[in-house]
Amino acid sequence: MIDLEQVRKVAHLARLELEAGEEEQFTTQLNSILEYVEQLNELDTADVPPTTRAIEVSNIHRADQLETFGDRESLLSNVPDREDDFIKVPKIMEG
Amino acid sequence: MRSRFVMTSAAPTKTQYEAVIGLETHCQLSTETKIFSPSSTAFGADPNTHIDPIVLGMPGVLPVLNQRVLEYAVKAGLALNCQIAPYSKFDRKQYFYPDLPKNYQISQFDLPIAEHGWLEIELVDPKTKDVSRKRIGITRLHMEEDAGKLVHAGSDRLSGSAYSLVDFNRAGVPLVEIVSEPDLRTGQEAAEYAQELRRIMRYLGVSDGNMQEGSLRCDVNISVRPVGTEKFGTKVEIKNMNSFSAIQKAIDHEIDRQVAAIEAGEPIYQETRLWEEGSQRTISMRLKEGSSDYRYFPEPDLPPIEVAPEQLTDWQAELPELPAKKRSRYETSLGLSPYDARVLADERTVAEYFETVVQLGADAKLAANWITQDIAAYLNAEKLAINEMALKPEMLAEMIQLITGGTISTKIAKDILPDLLTEGGSPKAIVETRGLSQISDPKQIEAIIDEVLAAHPEELEKYRAGKKKLQGFFVGQMMKRTSGRVDPKLTNQLLSKKLNS
Repeated sequence: MIDLEQVRKVAHLARLELEAGEEEQFTTQLNSILEYVEQLNELDTADVPPTTRAIEVSNIHRADQLETFGDRESLLSNVPDREDDFIKVPKIMEG
Repeated sequence: MRSRFVMTSAAPTKTQYEAVIGLETHCQLSTETKIFSPSSTAFGADPNTHIDPIVLGMPGVLPVLNQRVLEYAVKAGLALNCQIAPYSKFDRKQYFYPDLPKNYQISQFDLPIAEHGWLEIELVDPKTKDVSRKRIGITRLHMEEDAGKLVHAGSDRLSGSAYSLVDFNRAGVPLVEIVSEPDLRTGQEAAEYAQELRRIMRYLGVSDGNMQEGSLRCDVNISVRPVGTEKFGTKVEIKNMNSFSAIQKAIDHEIDRQVAAIEAGEPIYQETRLWEEGSQRTISMRLKEGSSDYRYFPEPDLPPIEVAPEQLTDWQAELPELPAKKRSRYETSLGLSPYDARVLADERTVAEYFETVVQLGADAKLAANWITQDIAAYLNAEKLAINEMALKPEMLAEMIQLITGGTISTKIAKDILPDLLTEGGSPKAIVETRGLSQISDPKQIEAIIDEVLAAHPEELEKYRAGKKKLQGFFVGQMMKRTSGRVDPKLTNQLLSKKLNS
């Protein structure tokens, strides 16, 4: 079971700001989701390797060949704030 | 557990401390393109030039592993005596920082490509010059992408900036992170370890190891404990060293700081400290609040990696002879000093040049002397690599054989060297056309002695009156008259005979 403290921690890790009411609401909701998924534990999976992907492939590579992305401006024009060629971000540390 | 007994006289027994040091080293791999996208990895472009939708983590893009990254990582792993994982995968490491466009870094968590290796460092005692060797364990080596670069506006310190500027050119550049076991005990050992790692990477051609450009970055974990205790002290991380000597100095400083704090009864905090080159000290950067929570999970966009045994055999076969092997071979089969072996094996191009000269029949010790002294001085002054100069291995081999064969003296060799270094050519032909071959015919030498003695009757008289030191003067005159071509040993013998007859 997940408690209020854990919900707060997860919210902090995801940089989400939650209102007091939302914290309560998400604790309840997350718990019912976890309970639902918990049903899977009825199966014995001790000898089953974990599935991490939907498709069973391995060793997909590309050659080390240069291809320049042609439209740099379209990428940079997406950012909220710029200073010339740089992307401008708020200050990182208080101090 | 090792224990050390310290001899003390009347003074009270002082607690002896030892440091426990581990290094995390990031090496940039020398590929043309990024780890998961075909943008350039070139250093020094205008900000945000080498970017694309994959680097910036735009929705719907698909990263694909650069094959050369895997090859280089596996070769590095093999060179570090690691076991290569038969099954390996990438994971997402989640954290928020403006230099990380996707808010996660693609790295490897529980199944790194290589584990359980070691490398051997060679330590020279600064006083006795004695050489000792120590094996340092490699915990793991994994592949990951680099982050972008932050420029802090308005201040050269992070904390004083009004805002920051981000350049994503470096984002997605392939790295291997190499984690050592906590086997290192001193700043010198750590600096040697980092240097040996760099040498190996450069021998393999998988990284240029340039510290100034950030291709090789070392983070140090360090704690101290009283000698004889098993329990580790509080671990402090130090960063921001951009030379091997800075690594050594930062560690030695940090050991002193931690010991002083313990002796004074002050706590050691688990924190990250920055090395300040200007003031030669470490300063606190941030306290670590417990262990970070990166919430790793398997990267769903990248399939797992299974290196086929045949592929592994091929890559293994492509590895060059590594520096530690070369050093020991130079000492044991070629009879070189540990110092010469170290200097010659430092760079692969120099080692290969040396080996070619020796294979062509030149004396190994003489070849080592020429390469590490006169040639090295020239290359340093001209900022050239050994394979860029006009003096090719076969020319040096020929010159050394002229010396050992008695055709020319070392002095004549030094005289013709400057031309050979800049123009190249056959030393044999130069010696012949310029008439520089050594005069070793006793009759010819005696004739010249007669000329010299006849030209200096006063000195001859003084010599015969007992001023024996003047023999050196006569030898000098002989050299002058023949431009140094007379066989020095024979000249001395014949001169003594004549002077004392």
